[in-house]
Amino acid sequence: MTLENNPEILKVENLKAYYQMNYFGVSREVRAVDDITVTMRKNEVYGIAGESSSGKTSFIKVLAAAIRPPLRVVSGTAKYSFSSGAIDVAHATPDEVEAVRWKHLSYIMQGSMSVLNPVRRIGKTFHDFAARPLGLKGKAFEDRVVAHLDRLKLPPDVLRAYPHELSGGMRQRVTIGLATVCHPEFIIADEPTTALDVVVQKEVLNLIRDIQKEMGASVVFVTHDMSVHANVADRVGIIYAGRLVEEGPTREMFFAPKHPYTAHLVASLPRIGDTQQRPALEGRPPNLADPPQGCRFHPRCPLAIDICRKEVPPLETIGPDHRTACWRWRDVAPLVHATQPAGVMA
Amino acid sequence: MTTLLDVRDVSKRFTMGGLFGRKQVDAVMDASFSLSAEKPEIFTIIGESGSGKTTLARMILGLEDPSRGEILFRGQKVDRHAGRAKRLEFMSNVQPVFQNPFEAFNPLKKIERYLESTARRFLHTSDKAAIDRAMDEALQKVGLSLREVRGRFPHEMSGGQLQRCAIARALIPNPPLLVADEPVSMVDASLRMSIVNLLKSLRDDLGVSVIYITHDLATAYYISNRLIIMQRGRIVEMGDARTVLDNPEHAYSRLLKASVLSTDDAGAGKLGTDPDMLRLANGSVGQAGRLIDRADGRSVRVYESV
Repeated sequence: MTLENNPEILKVENLKAYYQMNYFGVSREVRAVDDITVTMRKNEVYGIAGESSSGKTSFIKVLAAAIRPPLRVVSGTAKYSFSSGAIDVAHATPDEVEAVRWKHLSYIMQGSMSVLNPVRRIGKTFHDFAARPLGLKGKAFEDRVVAHLDRLKLPPDVLRAYPHELSGGMRQRVTIGLATVCHPEFIIADEPTTALDVVVQKEVLNLIRDIQKEMGASVVFVTHDMSVHANVADRVGIIYAGRLVEEGPTREMFFAPKHPYTAHLVASLPRIGDTQQRPALEGRPPNLADPPQGCRFHPRCPLAIDICRKEVPPLETIGPDHRTACWRWRDVAPLVHATQPAGVMA
Repeated sequence: MTTLLDVRDVSKRFTMGGLFGRKQVDAVMDASFSLSAEKPEIFTIIGESGSGKTTLARMILGLEDPSRGEILFRGQKVDRHAGRAKRLEFMSNVQPVFQNPFEAFNPLKKIERYLESTARRFLHTSDKAAIDRAMDEALQKVGLSLREVRGRFPHEMSGGQLQRCAIARALIPNPPLLVADEPVSMVDASLRMSIVNLLKSLRDDLGVSVIYITHDLATAYYISNRLIIMQRGRIVEMGDARTVLDNPEHAYSRLLKASVLSTDDAGAGKLGTDPDMLRLANGSVGQAGRLIDRADGRSVRVYESV
């Protein structure tokens, strides 16, 4: 499946968003998003991977136009091209954001238990969220919601239930329902399946994919679990310490990674039927208030050489749709997958 | 063979609701297994949420009374009401590691305080040097040192490091048994392997037995010796980890294995679950059946009607 020719829906250019704090004359700056340039296309699922404190949450906060101090956009743009017109969410006014929120730009949040109001029935929550953007009232609104729930294989009874009466999987489906009831063009999914167990996780992922295909929406899928990306994303981008370090089509990222961090992420996945010792990455993620010089991955990198410690590697295009920021990308050997299928180019 | 832990036909029934509309929920039904004292092993309990695996762990830790059956640790009954001295002795032998390290530590207190109070209690000493030594030894076992940890608050550590501190705390009294309830599910994928490798080395190098509770079949396959698979409170399959996971027999075990996201065909977008498999797996819910031993050493629950 190729989406290369689809029109762009989001274009992020040189985006820098820092947490700037100034208390008692001491100023501190955390460079959570540092110079990210990326484009996303219509109808595409773009996976973002990265560990906690890598800045991925800050990045999607900007994309979701939820920029609150101390997070500030220092420079760069994040432009959406919606059917209703273009908007740069990095510099939009609250009214402009209000006009696109839920209708065009929507957000599936992490932790379905804390998203839903525990003392409000699901139906009321739906009303709070969606009645205004949809512009429907009473029976017409309810019919629309029930039809949508039906598509998510939820019975209409859930509208009269409280969140605690539903199972984890059902709650997560309700939050997906909330995010998609207005048929948005762009959906941001932030770790939607992290707290779910394997059987339910697969159902929920399948559902997100189905809904995405049906509505023709673009999805940004954020999770640190590479095996989820392998099955959901069309393209995957890896964020490390506030920077995009590699981006490429899912298949290439898994079978021919060109950044040592990606190679490590893929190699460390345990698999059933294989008890070979898996290496764990040494060291800890860098402190973003004081990131290392040069390539930010070099203290943990097995391939680091002198230049890595001094100069920041540029994000080079090394193949169709494939970019990497590593001085030694040619030496990154595909570490794993003895069962690599034929026909994958290295 | 002396047994370290013996779980005998343990059941737990919770009552939900008030005076009216009272409901009985069987969280665990007739679970039995035992761990040997001679050979340390990683014993894995697998199941989805609500399968009773955490309840079982809480009963082993003596935080919950079984409704029926009993749990013996070194021949002594695990009893929540045994009295302070006995409880302390038991606790120095069986230690827990919890799911979310960020919740296990008090964010307002330094990490060392938590380690310190454990050391003081179980070593029965208030000698600073002895406590420091015990803390350092435990931290060394998990690949950290007191120098790195001293003076730091939980938010200054990564999730993986913090989880290692939690394991270090559990190791202070040198327990022969650890009960780890989903120790990696809240930890980043890149740090997950460091925790899993750590549990492995605890078994291999220090001879600590671990009861590892998880829903992640891949790490279970990677480290465990034996495992049980639980569905709605019942053990449906039990046996050697490799034998069971290579070729699961019970419908539910097969469903679990099929649900593990594989990276073998990354990018292909294969996500469908075989509906027949789901139907078969759900068909056995609520049926008693009985565990039958197979030739390859595993036990599988079979049902008369199927």
